[in-house]
Amino acid sequence: MSQVITDKHGIQHYMITINVNGDDYTRVVKANTLLVNVLRDELDLTGTKKGCELGDCGSCTILLENKPVDSCMILAIEADGKKITTIEGIAESSELDKVQEAFINNGAIQCGYCTPGMIISAKALLTRNPHPNEKEVREAIAGNLCRCTGFVNIVKAVLKVSEETNDKEVISNE
Amino acid sequence: MYLPDFDYYAPDSLAETCEALERFGAKAKVLSGGTDIIAKMKSGLLSPGVLISLKKLEDLKKIDYVSGKGVVIGALSTHNDLVNSKILNDKYLSVSEAAHNMASNQIRNIGTVGGNLCNAVPSADLPPILIALGATIKLVGTKGERVMLLEDLFTGPMKTVIAENEILTEIVIPDQLSTGSNYIKFGLRRSGALAVVGIAVAVTVNGGTITEAKIAIGAAAPTPIRAREAEKFLQGKTISDDLLAEAGVIASGESKPISDIRGSAEYRRDLIRVLTRRALHKAINEGHV
Repeated sequence: MSQVITDKHGIQHYMITINVNGDDYTRVVKANTLLVNVLRDELDLTGTKKGCELGDCGSCTILLENKPVDSCMILAIEADGKKITTIEGIAESSELDKVQEAFINNGAIQCGYCTPGMIISAKALLTRNPHPNEKEVREAIAGNLCRCTGFVNIVKAVLKVSEETNDKEVISNE
Repeated sequence: MYLPDFDYYAPDSLAETCEALERFGAKAKVLSGGTDIIAKMKSGLLSPGVLISLKKLEDLKKIDYVSGKGVVIGALSTHNDLVNSKILNDKYLSVSEAAHNMASNQIRNIGTVGGNLCNAVPSADLPPILIALGATIKLVGTKGERVMLLEDLFTGPMKTVIAENEILTEIVIPDQLSTGSNYIKFGLRRSGALAVVGIAVAVTVNGGTITEAKIAIGAAAPTPIRAREAEKFLQGKTISDDLLAEAGVIASGESKPISDIRGSAEYRRDLIRVLTRRALHKAINEGHV
């Protein structure tokens, strides 16, 4: 169990360490602190958005141990010791990731609020399956709601990444 | 949206988990994936004083085939663990598919099978197919463990027989003679929608005759139900389109659905009639899909 400190009001605080985008961060959180709030408020990683906050809209999507999850539905303490990737850590260098480029080039961003979550879901799909069909793309982003209703170009952008990924590259990345 | 304050414990073992549940009694709730309880806490529907997290119970996160017993699904397996399990894909694709048609990818990566069953929501997708396949569950408490049929778990909407000091640890799909199974969910959207009705069937077919049929229906009554009259009707009969259609009519008559925001009772009864026939057809012709 992580270190527990009980304050004068009897509220427990826990020391947790999470690895975010490659760096370890140790923070003191309350049991009721949500992971999305640690990312946004403590680590200033505000690319992860808060939308419905009930696990429906997907704007808070992050990768937890390489799997897309809604960070608004997870207690920070439950993520203790785990590896997290946010939209800020999607690109491996100072250049944008191919998925980010494709969103820009295909007009897949309107107001932009769903975009970080959308890109995380798309990235997770393409890592697992570099050449998805349209159905698979739509299914992968089914938990990310775009209220501008710009899904057509989003799907187009993800398929474009697949088209431009040659299989040699896929194998070398593995 | 913020959560009310609560104390949090993550016991290292099953025994400690049960002891903690007994110690805190009614003010404690079990935290598995959390996708249901956290939403309820945010919405002010629940405010437990203590959450007991199961995250350290690694043994409950596996899906194995145990010879002579069947497929053993740890209660902490996530929905995507069911979707991706090679064992389930090979033996009971119908279970993987039922898990696949739930919620969103993000939720399927967090929400657990145990949580889905223990929440006992009448429209839940996993109970019907697991009941049709004759699944048993194991409940472990401070005074020992008990094994029962999954269909005996539910007592009403969001109510189960689980005692305060007990947790559900595993689900077993027993080795069986059945030759096919299928689950059809009718939702108002393709993704992220609760079932208006969900129909699961498992059939044993021998040379054009149905030797046994099990039909389990979700969102048709306060708990998932078996359509026992329809099952009895099918037993020993020669397969024909009329036979399967008649079974649908009988199953529809046995259901006691309510009218709510997702559909009227009348609409649900008609869905049950049609979908029972379709699920039977698929299970008979395509195996465990």
